[in-house]
Amino acid sequence: MKHLLSVDDLGGRPGIETILERSRYFLDVTRRDLPKVPALRAKTVVSLFYEDSTRTRLSFETAAKRLSADTMNFSVSTSSVKKGESLLDTVQTIEAMGVDAIVVRHAAAGAPYRIAQWTSASVINAGDGRHEHPTQALLDAFTLQRHRGPSLDGAHIVIVGDIAHSRVARSNVKLLAALGCRLTLVAPPTLMPESLVGWPVEARYDLDDVLREADVVYLLRIQRERIDAGLFPSLREYTARWGLTNERFARLKPDTLVMHPGPMNRGIEIADDVADAPQSLVTEQVANGVAVRMAVLFELLGAGGSVV
Amino acid sequence: MSDMSNVVVLRGGEVIDASVGGARLDVLVRDGRVVEVAPSIDVPAGARVLDAEGCVVAPGLVDLQVHLREPGREESETIETGSRAAALGGCTAVVCMPNTEPPLDDATVVQSVLARGRAVGLCDVRPAGCITKGRAGEELAPMGELHDLGVRIFTDDGDCVADANVMRRAFEYSNALAGAVIAQHAEDPALVRGGHMHEGEWSARLGIPGRPAAAEVTIVARDLELARLTGGRYHVLHLSCAQSAELVRRAKAEGVRVTAECTPQHLVLTDARCASFDPTFKMNPPLRGEDDRAGVFAALVDGTIDAIATDHAPHASETKQVPFEEAPPGMLGVETSLAVAITFLVGPGHLTLQQVLARLSWQPAAIAGLGELHGRPVRPGEPANLCVVDPAQQWVREARTSASKSRNDPWEGVKLTGRVRHTLLAGIPTVIDSEATR
Repeated sequence: MKHLLSVDDLGGRPGIETILERSRYFLDVTRRDLPKVPALRAKTVVSLFYEDSTRTRLSFETAAKRLSADTMNFSVSTSSVKKGESLLDTVQTIEAMGVDAIVVRHAAAGAPYRIAQWTSASVINAGDGRHEHPTQALLDAFTLQRHRGPSLDGAHIVIVGDIAHSRVARSNVKLLAALGCRLTLVAPPTLMPESLVGWPVEARYDLDDVLREADVVYLLRIQRERIDAGLFPSLREYTARWGLTNERFARLKPDTLVMHPGPMNRGIEIADDVADAPQSLVTEQVANGVAVRMAVLFELLGAGGSVV
Repeated sequence: MSDMSNVVVLRGGEVIDASVGGARLDVLVRDGRVVEVAPSIDVPAGARVLDAEGCVVAPGLVDLQVHLREPGREESETIETGSRAAALGGCTAVVCMPNTEPPLDDATVVQSVLARGRAVGLCDVRPAGCITKGRAGEELAPMGELHDLGVRIFTDDGDCVADANVMRRAFEYSNALAGAVIAQHAEDPALVRGGHMHEGEWSARLGIPGRPAAAEVTIVARDLELARLTGGRYHVLHLSCAQSAELVRRAKAEGVRVTAECTPQHLVLTDARCASFDPTFKMNPPLRGEDDRAGVFAALVDGTIDAIATDHAPHASETKQVPFEEAPPGMLGVETSLAVAITFLVGPGHLTLQQVLARLSWQPAAIAGLGELHGRPVRPGEPANLCVVDPAQQWVREARTSASKSRNDPWEGVKLTGRVRHTLLAGIPTVIDSEATR
């Protein structure tokens, strides 16, 4: 694997399982007194984020540092991008400095694909528009494995919210389906993708219909700008129909897990108490993100090298 | 005694025009006109002989929709480079779109384009005029003044005239202008706002905001009713959906004055091409799904769609070296339309070469009001606007060899059959042996 642009690049179930297995090892590493291995010494990883992000950027930087890679942070807001430099020129500038991997986030779907054509470095998609966010899907699967055991076969995952605009949903559908999960998407019709042809999912509009059968309820962040675009009437109405309220939470099976990619809108898609309930894996998702991204960086840059 | 440089003999080709389906004939051209068509012509001393053995001699092509980008966007194309590309594609006339900067909504700008086209002399450049001032969709452009300059096709191309009342008045007003036609880029702006590709399976998968087929179909349906109401002439630019083709088919049967064109890319390519995120495959209206592609193809074959036009839309390389969503829409096409049509329509037996030429030459010539000059029969006395095409030559398209200033070519690397060998504009060779003469 040269680049990680999409879940499709992972090589199906065997490839995904290899990364997840290696993530377990790196999770142990991160828990050591000295949470660092020399696996990527003398490698350089640059993060190129065209969209605001705290957790993903920090997570990748932490992962790279714990593998002993050198890290650079190309901050778009203070760079020549502000002076009108094109994406191509920016990438070529970074390339000229000699980097081994570029971690990119961009508001436009497919931007990492374009970058991959312009550089000899490995490109990792850290979120491109509505398209994909493959490391999020990996860390979500990894987090689920920690709770349900290595096999996710048959687990019923209900993803709720703004599916249409969600790169997290697109990557998770591909990855969790590859691992044998049963997937149900729940959203207002206006936030459902325009076509689900070829998606290994069932689509529903009514959350209450599926709550009892859910092994995992995965909530997506809802954005106020969707109201301005006329996609639903109000946050209050959204919460009433599609929010994981305390009442709905009480109707879940006792072992149903709750996930959210963050940042959460407490009181909107997820009730405050639910976010902090024992069944909520939200902070654990963040913690696991570092280990999974170490595994991805090692897979792309550490070929042939020893982990320790 | 006439200057012998104005005498050309096209030797040994098969003549195909609206009435002749392929007869092996020599063609003698003098002073801009065809003077003799006969099985074997004695070459006058000093005449230039162009070999047409194994080739078809046909009326020159007329492309109803090209963007020459001049004035305003000369870094991507000029009247000169676009005319040269058109000649290489076998065109003797092109209708250039008015979305220039400034737009072609004013007599002086139209005059300057006409003058520049004549000075370049590689193609008969016919500007389309704007329907509304500034292409803003509000007040009518001076359609009468533009008509006086020879403008026949009016469109706000690139921008749909969204206001039904403005469209109605344009249709009504054009009834006073002989031969005028109101042409629409049919995509409802509200339905396509923020969209970058066809809305469907692929847009959902790729997470690229979509432009639904319904945006085209609703505008075509509305405009057909307005054409019926006013008696105005309507032309659908780059029709791209099966359902809009069906509406045109029905309206034609009911006597509405409507014509339609489609592009080579909408006949052959689908939205699956966007999966690579390569902005070369981005255009408006977008490449559609397979059902729409097949519907447009069938409508071209059955005659519902009258013409193939390319929407040749050059964009400087740097504007396409960006993420898909940030790139401007549009593809090159004027150099390859006949080759693509031969490859995908004639080769598999959907249409004869004569039927393809009807859709690329005399039918579009009639729509554009150029039927007296272009797409004429290859007969003594007729203007010598001709192309000679080798229908069997196989070649691989390489955009870097294009005469266009731009390289956004969806046919890059595609193996094509059929190549334009010579083109004559008013009896003067603009292309000889697939090379521009200047």
